[in-house]
Amino acid sequence: MIVVNHLTKAFNKQTVLRDVNLTFANATVTAVIGPNGSGKTTLMKCIVGLVRPDKGTITLDGISTLAEPAVRSRIGYMSQVARYPENLSGKDLINMVRGLRSHSHPDVADELINDMQLSSNLAKPMSALSGGTRQKVGAVLALMFSPAALLLDEPTAGLDPIVTERLKDRIAHARSEGASVVITSHVLAEIQEVADRIVYLHEGIVVYDGTLTDLLDKTEQQSLSRAVIVLMREQESASSPQHRSGGAP
Amino acid sequence: MTTTLLRYVVRDVLRSRWLALYFVFFIVATEGLLYFTAGEAKTVVGLMNIVLLLIPLAAAVFGTLHVHNNRDFVELMLTQPVSRGSIYTALYLGVSLPFLVAFLAGIGIPAAIHGIVFSPPILALLGAGTALTMVFFAIAYYIGVRVQDKAAGMGVAFIVWLSFAVLYDGLILALTVAFADYPLEAATIVMVVFNPIDLARIIVMLTFDYAALMGYTGAVFQDFFGTGTGIIVSCCSLVAWTLVPVLMGYRAFSKKDW
Repeated sequence: MIVVNHLTKAFNKQTVLRDVNLTFANATVTAVIGPNGSGKTTLMKCIVGLVRPDKGTITLDGISTLAEPAVRSRIGYMSQVARYPENLSGKDLINMVRGLRSHSHPDVADELINDMQLSSNLAKPMSALSGGTRQKVGAVLALMFSPAALLLDEPTAGLDPIVTERLKDRIAHARSEGASVVITSHVLAEIQEVADRIVYLHEGIVVYDGTLTDLLDKTEQQSLSRAVIVLMREQESASSPQHRSGGAP
Repeated sequence: MTTTLLRYVVRDVLRSRWLALYFVFFIVATEGLLYFTAGEAKTVVGLMNIVLLLIPLAAAVFGTLHVHNNRDFVELMLTQPVSRGSIYTALYLGVSLPFLVAFLAGIGIPAAIHGIVFSPPILALLGAGTALTMVFFAIAYYIGVRVQDKAAGMGVAFIVWLSFAVLYDGLILALTVAFADYPLEAATIVMVVFNPIDLARIIVMLTFDYAALMGYTGAVFQDFFGTGTGIIVSCCSLVAWTLVPVLMGYRAFSKKDW
């Protein structure tokens, strides 16, 4: 279980996350959604230790992800853009991660490589691979140790439909094994398929945190995309000057 | 952990065409100078000028570029159960060591073929080049980590190189002329210590009689840097020139958001 407590982060005076409190339970897929610049990626990066929070704590099963690098052996992270060193191959990267983590967990990389249709491209340098293929390498790196926490930042961007479906199956499998899965995506139809819970961020503040069903009921919509539009409009009107001053035009 | 990461950083750099070009350049330049110039001293002076300009420039530019071009690789490493210290060490050594070996082999192989590899001037040149490689990769890595924008980082790296390679000497010359009526020996020695390129140049120059050509200043340097104390001071200064930017870079890397 990932627990985020009073998380605040600013970049050059611009606050990206404001006192965020969230709990990502085990065996649950939580989708973090929101408009561009709402703080989704920063939240993910704070959890995995790429970004240092200004305030707050983050723990995985009670262990701080910031203070204890060893806890990252239980976290799988797939970044938005998979740009790796041009002269290394996918095989090199997989072997490197194996070398760094193999003492703690058995890996399922070979199975994933077949699943992601990567075998024929594995020995090629990254410079020779398409964006989608590099994304597949990123997926293998994130999933290969069946992590307790799986953080996926726009995981299906650039993937073909077959591999996208297989990735969704893998996400469902991770959930069934008890992993805490956190996913961001702008493809809300995909989110609706895989997510149990929705966290909606707006300007670094958690605006909605609840189940998908509750969100659909609350907004009286049939689909997640329409429900999100309702949330976005509510936020726009809440932050408009008229609303702030409380007066009518 | 560090050795695992180091292996893959080195593997990536070894496959870089820039490293191959760097090695070939030194081998061609050394062999060419040994072939066309009569005498070991002239070859070393010719090589010294190349080493003092090219190594700092190549290290400053390639080191800074390496940080910016490998942001996602660094992110991948940071998401693994490895401390930031191990990652920084692996990155710094993984880039600097292949370039160091390319330099040592590029000069050492032709020198060995000509039977002069163990002569004091060549050994001093190899030592000076080793120090400059480690110093300027350390500075470059610090710049790469601190300056977020790639173009700005490259600009800062170039200005740092220009300052040490050209502007600093101009400043010393101007001060020497302006204060010609005062005894400046001690001040000149101190100023030399604050520029790793000057320090490397003097270490090489003092291994042969060409120091005499530097006139009174050369004699002053000979009196200080030619002694045991001088050698210890110059070696300690070059070690400090490596360690200080490495530690500053590590500090910046530890606090950096990726």
